[in-house]
Amino acid sequence: MKRLLRWESALFVLLVLIAVIGSAATGGLFLTGNSLFHLGLDVGEIALIALPLTLVIVAAEIDLSVASVLGLSSALIGTLWNAGWPLEAILPFVLVVGALCGAFNGFLVTKLGLPSLAVTIGTLALYRGLALVVLGDQAVADFPYSYTQFGTAPIPGTWIPYPMVLFVLLAVVFGLLLHATAFGRAVFAIGANEEAARFSGIRVKRTKLILFTLTGAVSSLAGVVYTLRFVSARADNGTGLELAVVAAVLLGGVSIFGGRGTIFGVILAVLVLGGLRTALILGDTSTEVLTLVTGILLLASVLAPAVTKRLTRGTS
Amino acid sequence: MKRTVIVLSAALLLAAPALTACGGTTKNNSGGDTGGGQTQTTANPNATSAKDLKITFLPKQVNNPYFTVAQGGAQKAAQALGEQFKATGPSDADASSQVTYINTASQQGQNILLLAANDSNAVAPALKSARQQGMKVVTFDSDAAADSRDVFINQATAQSIAQSQVKLISDAIGGAGEIAILSATANATNQNAWIAIMKQELAKPQYANLKLDEIAYGNDDDQTSFQKTQGLLQAHPNLKGIISPTTVGVAAAARYLDSSSYKGKVALTGLGTPNQMRKFLQDGTVGSVELWDPAQLGELATYAAVALASGQITGKQGEKFKAGELGEYTIGANGEVVLGDPVTFTKDNVDKYNF
Repeated sequence: MKRLLRWESALFVLLVLIAVIGSAATGGLFLTGNSLFHLGLDVGEIALIALPLTLVIVAAEIDLSVASVLGLSSALIGTLWNAGWPLEAILPFVLVVGALCGAFNGFLVTKLGLPSLAVTIGTLALYRGLALVVLGDQAVADFPYSYTQFGTAPIPGTWIPYPMVLFVLLAVVFGLLLHATAFGRAVFAIGANEEAARFSGIRVKRTKLILFTLTGAVSSLAGVVYTLRFVSARADNGTGLELAVVAAVLLGGVSIFGGRGTIFGVILAVLVLGGLRTALILGDTSTEVLTLVTGILLLASVLAPAVTKRLTRGTS
Repeated sequence: MKRTVIVLSAALLLAAPALTACGGTTKNNSGGDTGGGQTQTTANPNATSAKDLKITFLPKQVNNPYFTVAQGGAQKAAQALGEQFKATGPSDADASSQVTYINTASQQGQNILLLAANDSNAVAPALKSARQQGMKVVTFDSDAAADSRDVFINQATAQSIAQSQVKLISDAIGGAGEIAILSATANATNQNAWIAIMKQELAKPQYANLKLDEIAYGNDDDQTSFQKTQGLLQAHPNLKGIISPTTVGVAAAARYLDSSSYKGKVALTGLGTPNQMRKFLQDGTVGSVELWDPAQLGELATYAAVALASGQITGKQGEKFKAGELGEYTIGANGEVVLGDPVTFTKDNVDKYNF
């Protein structure tokens, strides 16, 4: 716990550094409401999906199909919209489909005992394929402004994007779920030692099934946000986003081996990655540097915990 | 729990038509409500060109040779007019990746955005909000939704491109046989428009013996296009010709043909730059490709944008503006300006061009 707190402090310092240096390098542009609004929008989907995925990774599992669920949800929105469904019905429907996608992952992992890495690499392709079957290669874009403003405009009178409100709500829910409930303690126990968790009476399979289902549901919620934000329902929306989400979770100090991690750390990591990107682009950094810096940071996110672990071991 | 979920979704499925009946937000009743644009003012053709305008050039992706040439043209015009110029952009041609750059240009207070849109719709909200803050948006090469930009510089009409592409491949394979198309991304605005017209062309009697087997998508990525070419040739053993209406695709396809046993047996045409295709045109791998001059495209986009920012034009049909050495252009319907007809490159004339 002590180590984790230190990791989060490090992230916080990094975030402050990015804000200070970013502002200096962009002539104060970085810390304006407008810029922060776009930053909030840019990290929206990653931030949302990172919440349930944190729980999944703490439980020593992984879900790589999240971006494909996002794409499937986007494709379904487009198809059903074209079919004349009202958005009020489409949106809850795609959330249910997302939850089902997640539950299917969970079913394969828990009931058939397959490794989640293999299962979700499979469903990564499967759900993306389904999305292409559902909507094909077309893009649906004629959504009404009364809905798309939730993805493109700030809350009137402020610079807060609507998806951020959604995110804060869910962050509180998932934060409490992981850190303040018996369910959360069960998740940590499973991640730390699944055998021991099972013998101490924790319903391991049920817990994991719930985690995967939640991840599916939130991923499709991210699909809704993504679709409204770009006013474009497409089957290839969010391709490759899963890596950004996993990277954010790992940078947040969640152990890839399970059993350790905090929602707060992940939130900081999402802000660090998003803030860095925004600052670099605002500062007219070339795309090559942007890719390079992101890569180095991700590598550092995996290396740093290992190094600090070794150091703390060495001193004790 | 799973049962609950299934029951719930079934209930939703059943409830949807009912909800439609009692008036939710559906495709049919939402009208044309897609958000605000910019207020129009009247043009003053005699206004002087503003100097020191801040121009951002945003291609589909950086490090794409085609856009590098277009950028050169745009920069040349910007210098001639005395404006500030900078280029930026994403490394992938993904639909949504340009949005961040549009927002950034707007925050930086840039006066002009020259944009080749990856997805006409995905960029529209960002463009609208940028225009509300006073930025002039000129799209070139691939358009954004018409109500989200001021003027679109069209390289050549979709009709003329599609028709000549079909004619080139038909001539190359003797008017009969199976053909395939290697396109860019599945949602690329241009390519999809051209392919739609190509299909109409192929339905005409003079092309009755041409059969379109497949449309493959190389995503404007060299490796993917290379592999898709390989895939096309394996999947369709009788394939006689490939049209690749994208500079990335046609170069990758030519490289594959050149290194395979299909060289000389399968014809290839498409949109390619002379420098990329010179070797393949000269050694006979490719008979002909065509393209407009992307440098002129960039140049024209800059002149149009500066004319807009100076108030000489507003983007209405019939307005005229001067584009340096390129001469005078008139804005057509939907705020479109057409650069001209494409040029066909063969081994005989390719050495006259350097881009």
